Amino acid sequence: MIHKFYLNSFYIITDINSGSVFSVDPCAYQIVDYIKTPMTEACPSDIIGALKDNYTVEEIKETYDELYSLYCNDSLFSEDSYELLAGRLGPGPIKSMCLNVAHDCNMSCGYCFASQGNFGQDRSLMSVETGIAAIDFLMKHSGKRRNLEVDFFGGEPLMNIEVVKKIVSYARSIEDANNKCFRFTITTNGLLLNDEIAGFINDEMSNVVLSIDGRKEVNDALRTRVDGRGSHDSILPKFQNLVSKRDDKEYYARGTYTKYNLDFSEDVLHLFHHGFDQISIEPAITDGTMDYSLTPSDLPRIFEEYEKLAKIIIDIKKRGEQINFFHFMLDLEQGPCVFKRLRGCSCGNEYVAVTPDGDVYPCHQFVGNDDWIMGNVIQGKLNSEIKEKFSKATVFDKECCNDCWAKFYCSGGCNANNYTYNGSILSPHHFSCEIEKKRLECAIMMKVALAE
Amino acid sequence: MKHIKIINKPNLKKSAQTGGCGECQASCQSACKTSCTVANQKCEK
Repeated sequence: MIHKFYLNSFYIITDINSGSVFSVDPCAYQIVDYIKTPMTEACPSDIIGALKDNYTVEEIKETYDELYSLYCNDSLFSEDSYELLAGRLGPGPIKSMCLNVAHDCNMSCGYCFASQGNFGQDRSLMSVETGIAAIDFLMKHSGKRRNLEVDFFGGEPLMNIEVVKKIVSYARSIEDANNKCFRFTITTNGLLLNDEIAGFINDEMSNVVLSIDGRKEVNDALRTRVDGRGSHDSILPKFQNLVSKRDDKEYYARGTYTKYNLDFSEDVLHLFHHGFDQISIEPAITDGTMDYSLTPSDLPRIFEEYEKLAKIIIDIKKRGEQINFFHFMLDLEQGPCVFKRLRGCSCGNEYVAVTPDGDVYPCHQFVGNDDWIMGNVIQGKLNSEIKEKFSKATVFDKECCNDCWAKFYCSGGCNANNYTYNGSILSPHHFSCEIEKKRLECAIMMKVALAE
Repeated sequence: MKHIKIINKPNLKKSAQTGGCGECQASCQSACKTSCTVANQKCEK
């Protein structure tokens, strides 16, 4: 399977099963439409006949020969040999945990998927005992995996920062003896950040996600405090202070865009001009019924904005400045292996979320739906049936993915969105698919542009 | 080649032999928590 597209004056061909990417001239771009496999060594006469009004016969034959040489070394029209691999995949060790240390929040963001922090449940904070039980649960189910991730999430995790510190301290105290390496991350709205907490985060967290939507008017329209006031002017300097002392450790200034800011490249630039060079701005995914909801009719405008943003980032990089937009990151050479690409985030299998009550869910986005409780860390229970179900959710098991060019880049999308909006973890959320495909095209185009 | 510039060589099939250690980061955990993008993740090897 190949996918070809024209973007920002580049003709690009990707070979899906081999991972190859080519920047080509218009002749090669047209010839691939006529190629039938298995390719023959000599250029078929029907290809020459179809294109001879546009190119010379010599040019067509020369280009065909180049395409044929790529075909011969399995770089073009490469066969799919992964379906058998996918069939052999099964439950794996748990290596990643989202710890919802606070089902409470000091903000009341309009688009919050966590129902303003409590996930539709009682407002509560995780106890130290439950946090320690969660770490023990992760250790017990991690098998031989050495690197274990724990993300402190909420609600707002800084509302329970003392418990976070104790959980980190406990995990650190047992990691060497068990040959484990904990990587902690935290996601915060920033309101409670101070120098002391920023220092703790910079010392202990391998990544920190700083929630801010961009321009003041955009941020304050939906990222509001409980009393309705905006948060931009309070959190911006706190985030800048944290990042200024973070050295080269990972962080993301992470925002959400909605129908209110379809010009979201301006929000990326706002963050960049305020000193942030690691940026993620994501679409709010909803059922389409809210005033701010993105809908399929917005897709052309969204695509246009991603293309604009890609060109802006190319210019910034060509000036020698550093900027990284999360959804345009693409490591073509040293990216994930095909096993990783078959199952995506691996929620419910290698990744789980834990609530303040110790209940285990497939991921943070399933929290609040009792049907998906798959265990409890205090009782030490784990439902192997649900784990098995998620372990088998590969791109070959999902509707439409098998025929999609993006399957080894996106790996089947977000299972939670699939379930929430299409009723099954195996039914891809098409709106998200369309956005993901555009981001991938932009990311591949940027590789081509920066290789010029 | 005159008409084609190789941006990335074939590497996915090779990863079927060398990959699968499972030590990499969970993709949703890394920066977004609301979507799944895998190809931007790092390999731990």
